[in-house]
This record gives sequence, structure tokens and C-alpha cells, in this order.
Amino acid sequence: MIRFIVRRLLQLIPTLFGLSILLFIWLRRLPGGPETAILGERGTPEMRAAIRRNLGLDEPILIQYGRFVRRLIRLDLGTSISTKREVTTEFLQRFPGTVELTVTALVIAIGIGIPLGYLAARRRGRWLDHLSVGGSLIGICIPVFFLAYILKAIFSENLGLFPSSGRQDPTLGATRITNFFVLDGLMTREWDAAADALWHLILPGMALASIPLAIIVRITRASVLEVLNEDFVRTAEAKGLTENVVRRRHVLRNAMLPVATSIGLLTGGLLSGAVLTETVFAFSGIGAFLADSISQRDYPVLMGFIMIIAVVYVLVNLIVDLSYSLIDPRVRVR
Amino acid sequence: MALLDVEELSVTFSRRGQRTVRAVDGVSFSVDAGQVVGLVGESGCGKSVTSLAIMGLLPRQPGLQVGGKAVFDGTDLLQLDDRSRRDIRGRDIAMIFQDPLSSLNPVIPIGLQVTEVLTRHRGLKGATAAKEAAQLLDRVGIPDPKRRLKEYPHQLSGGMRQRALIAMAVACQPRLLIADEPTTALDVTIQAQILELLKDLVRDSGTALVMITHDLGVVAGMCDTINVLYGGRVVETARRRPLFRQPRHPYTVGLLGSVPRLDAGRGERLNPIPGSVRDLLPWADGCAFAPRCTRRVDACVGEPPELVRTHDARSYRCVNPAPLPGVTPQPQPTEATGPAPAAEDEVEKA
Repeated sequence: MIRFIVRRLLQLIPTLFGLSILLFIWLRRLPGGPETAILGERGTPEMRAAIRRNLGLDEPILIQYGRFVRRLIRLDLGTSISTKREVTTEFLQRFPGTVELTVTALVIAIGIGIPLGYLAARRRGRWLDHLSVGGSLIGICIPVFFLAYILKAIFSENLGLFPSSGRQDPTLGATRITNFFVLDGLMTREWDAAADALWHLILPGMALASIPLAIIVRITRASVLEVLNEDFVRTAEAKGLTENVVRRRHVLRNAMLPVATSIGLLTGGLLSGAVLTETVFAFSGIGAFLADSISQRDYPVLMGFIMIIAVVYVLVNLIVDLSYSLIDPRVRVR
Repeated sequence: MALLDVEELSVTFSRRGQRTVRAVDGVSFSVDAGQVVGLVGESGCGKSVTSLAIMGLLPRQPGLQVGGKAVFDGTDLLQLDDRSRRDIRGRDIAMIFQDPLSSLNPVIPIGLQVTEVLTRHRGLKGATAAKEAAQLLDRVGIPDPKRRLKEYPHQLSGGMRQRALIAMAVACQPRLLIADEPTTALDVTIQAQILELLKDLVRDSGTALVMITHDLGVVAGMCDTINVLYGGRVVETARRRPLFRQPRHPYTVGLLGSVPRLDAGRGERLNPIPGSVRDLLPWADGCAFAPRCTRRVDACVGEPPELVRTHDARSYRCVNPAPLPGVTPQPQPTEATGPAPAAEDEVEKA
């Protein structure tokens, strides 16, 4: 088990290395550069050259890359060109919001998706089944930002049930420790602050959850239908076990493997999908900052963000692989 | 009164736009307490569907219709609601299935799969249940039962798995055990062991056993009474010896004739029944076996053959049955092993 984890973490190194080379070349090939973003149309060639020299962008790309790697080993992602602050500092401040949002979306998607998919399978061909299959198709089709606007218009602006923007009511003056607002509220026992942060997460979480929810419903339904036909379910029925035991112990557990796989794969998409949702809800996560960084050609920030996404993605899928061995004893991690 | 009395059991699957399939078409048989009864027939003759219908385990789907009666100890199983059925299943009637690997839940240890029956029907929990489970595994011949309880199905051999399934089936000392091709997925030496185990369990506990199989060898070694199924109906019922000595229904004759024999000459061909089980005549239009039958006469087609009962608890459904050795018109009247030919006149129409 431990050897498996260590090996998977070691595999991260070549992955990140390859990814960083690709990104480095790719970003530098994009037309324009930070100097254009800073100076706009009016800069003279001399001014541009001066800025490039200042940022070290005039040096050969290999030397630039070498510097990047040397810093990376010390977990230093450099300084943002636009804000002049450490990239790591920027991330520690903004990334927790995005993580909170992603986790909320996952909880919604899993919490609703698995039971709904199960019920759809058990009531195959009845209205609940048609509703969830059709609904999930719509869920996959509607773009996240569009759904976000609709949710905001209905639940926030018309019904006033949820706040329309931000992460927390600033008048609460909540204490910050980790920048995970809900967690901070719990740690400092500022319950109202935690509840308010959670309240702010619901609408954007629902918007972001729509696609993963739809996918989880469908995968769960298909997987349950398959397991229901398995011989061991018939054996369980032949033993006269109650429906509840047959369902939990024999059907659901076996149906969870494909669902776990899909959750791992969905998480990466969620992190990047959060960017759009954050924009609609003026949610101060990494989203708006990242969008600015792209237009500003803020190379260090972009490199750092994508590297962090890659690490998170690998870690999440490692957790999924480990959960396999909990669900299915035949899958032995070595 | 018989322990289980199946009367005119029928199972039909109908789907919009498709021909209705009559998987079981009026099966009747009975099982006495402590008796071993065989249901024999080719694949597709309805033997498994019969057992699943009795257990109430047919997959719930639109278009499924179950008719007739299956009276177990005075109650018609087919009329029971879901809860009462679940109470009976595993406690009074248990079942063993064909493929032991796929019939066990792969992600749950063997121990829990045994104890869950004990918990459900006998209220045993925790250490008591575990102890009882270990005893059960021991009783079905699984060595080192304590260790095996913690193992998963994929860690057991095929024979062990079937033994574990048998342990689960006999956990509550059921009065009736239905074994659906319990040895088909196993290799021959293991087959013999499993059959021996079933025989011992039945003898020691007085459990009645319904043995569903296509293998006449299994039937010959175990069953008191044998029902031969064809096209979803019982075509011949007899006690073991008479059936093997003097099969009357041409299908039974064909089944017995198609068994490979060690004493057959080299190069001698096997004797399969011509045609396939798909060449069915609907029972309403005559004898379902007629299209494949070598003794076919005109009377076979038109209306279903009636059940003929003879004095020695034998019955068959045929208008032109295979002759008994005693009444054959051939000129060599040898010693009659079966019932006297005169008895054949006591034919009663069913």
C-alpha cells in the first residue's frame, strides 16, 4: 500500500517535468507578451525591450526554463508580473475559494447523483427514470455559465433565497486562518461566519455541479442495472435477505466502482470549470485572477496554476485508486 | 400430502411486437418430504425458469406472467406477497445455483455471506453467528473454516465456492433445497464430491431436494423420482429404476440413448436426438416433441397428448409410447423386468 502511494507520487515527477516543458514552450509561442499588456499599443520598441530585459525574457528559452526549474525545486513559483507578489502567496489566498467551490459541487453531484441514479435503475422505464435520464441530458447540454445566470436570476434576484455574489458577507468581519472560509469559521467557532460562507457556496456549487451530476446519474444508473442482473444478487434474494440489505450490501457496493472512476476524472474538469462559475457569481477564487493572467501573459502565474491543477488531479486519482481497494478486494494495490 | 405440489405452473414472457414465449407451459410435479426429485431436460426446456418461479426469483419485468400453483406445506407460494416470500426463502426453501463464482458477491468476505442468512432467519449476531458459520463451513467440508470466513470468493477454488454456497443454503436447515445444475460449472472429480456432499446432507437432515440437471448421470446417482421436461412441460415422470430400464416417452428414450457409453465400439457414432429444442410445436397444437420424434404418428398433431398414468406411479404424455419389453410383438419373449403388461390396461386419462 505505502509502496504503491510512493510510486504513484514519484510518477508525478516526470509528469510535471513533461508538462512544464510543454507549457513553457507553448506559452512563449503565444503572440504578444507581458510587455504588450503593460504598455498597450503605445510602447516604443525600446521600452518593450527594456521590460523584456527586466523580466529576463530576452534570455534564451533554455536558460529561462532552467531558472524556472531551479526555483520550482524550492517550491518557489516566482513573482507575478502583474501584481508583483509571490505567485504562491497569490494562490494561498485565492485557491482555497476555488477548492471550496469544487468540493461543494462534488458533494452536491455525488449526494444527489448516486441516489437518483440508483432510483432510476430500480424504477426503470417509469417516470422517475425518464425524468432523470432526460434531465441529465439537459444537464450535460446547458453551458455552466448560462445555468449560473439562470440560477442567480431565479433564486437570488427573484426569490432572494441565496446571496448573489461573493464568498462571505464582509460585514461579519470573520477571522482568516486558512482562507477556506467555512473551515476558518468552524476553527474559530464563528458559526455565523461559517454558515454564511456555506450559504454563499450553494448557488455557484449547484451551477458547477450540473454536468458532473448528470454524468454520475447516468453512470450510476447503468452500473446498477448491470449489477441487478448479476447472479450474486439472485443468490442474495434467494437467501431471503430484506430488500434493504440486498440493496446496500450487494447492489450498491458493487455498482460503485465505475462511479468512483468517473468522480476521479470529473474532479480535474471541475477545478477548471470553476473559473466560469466564479466569474458569474463574483466569487473571489482563482478564476478571475487566472483570466486576467492569461490576457496579461503573466507567465509565472499561468505556469504555477496549471502545475498545481496537475498535482491535484494526480492526487485525486490516487485517492480514487486507493478507494478501489476498499470497495473491491480483487483490486490489490501493489 | 406432498411437501411441494406444483400444479400446472406456467411462465410466459410477452413483449410488445414480439411473439409470446411460453418458457414453462403447465408443469406439474410434487416433492415429498425427504425425497430427492429430479427435473431433467435439455437447455431451454424450462427447468431453471420453473425453479425460479417457485422461488419468486424471476426478474421482475413487464410482460412476465406466472400461472398455476406451487403449494408448499399448504401455502401457495405464487400468491404470497414479497415479504412473506422473503421470510420463506433461505429459511424453509433454499437454492443452490449453477456458477459458484458469479453466484457469490465478489466484494464481501465469505463469512458475512454466510452469517447474513443466520442473522436474517435465526437472529444470530456477532461471535455466535461467526461460530455457527465456521461450523457450517466445516460441515460442508471446507478445511480451516475460521480462515476461510475472512477470505473473498476469488481466493477460493471452484469446489470450495460451491461448498460455501451449499453452506449458505443449508444454514437454516431448510425443508426443501433446490439445486439448479449445481455441478455443471465444476470439473468432474469435484462434481462427484459435491454430489456426494449433497447426498449426505439430504440423508442426515431429511431435507427434500429438487435436482435440476441435464445430466442423466447425476439423476441416476441421486434421485428417487425423475421428471423429464420438454418444451416447458413434464413429459414423463417415473421412479428412477423404471425410468432407466423402460423409458416410455420417446424423448426420454432419446435422452438415454444419447448418453455416450464406454462399452460402445470404437468409431461408433453417438446417438443424438435429431433436430434441436427450437423445433417446437406449441403444446396447444399437439405434442411439442413431434417434430423431432422417431415414433411420430398422425395422432401426435392436432391436440396435446393426454397424461397417461400407470399403476407404478409412472405417468407420461405420449400417444405412441415406446413399448415395454413384455408386450413387444417381437418373437423373443424374454423375462419381463418391468410391470406385467396387463397392468398397462389400467390406463386412466388425466
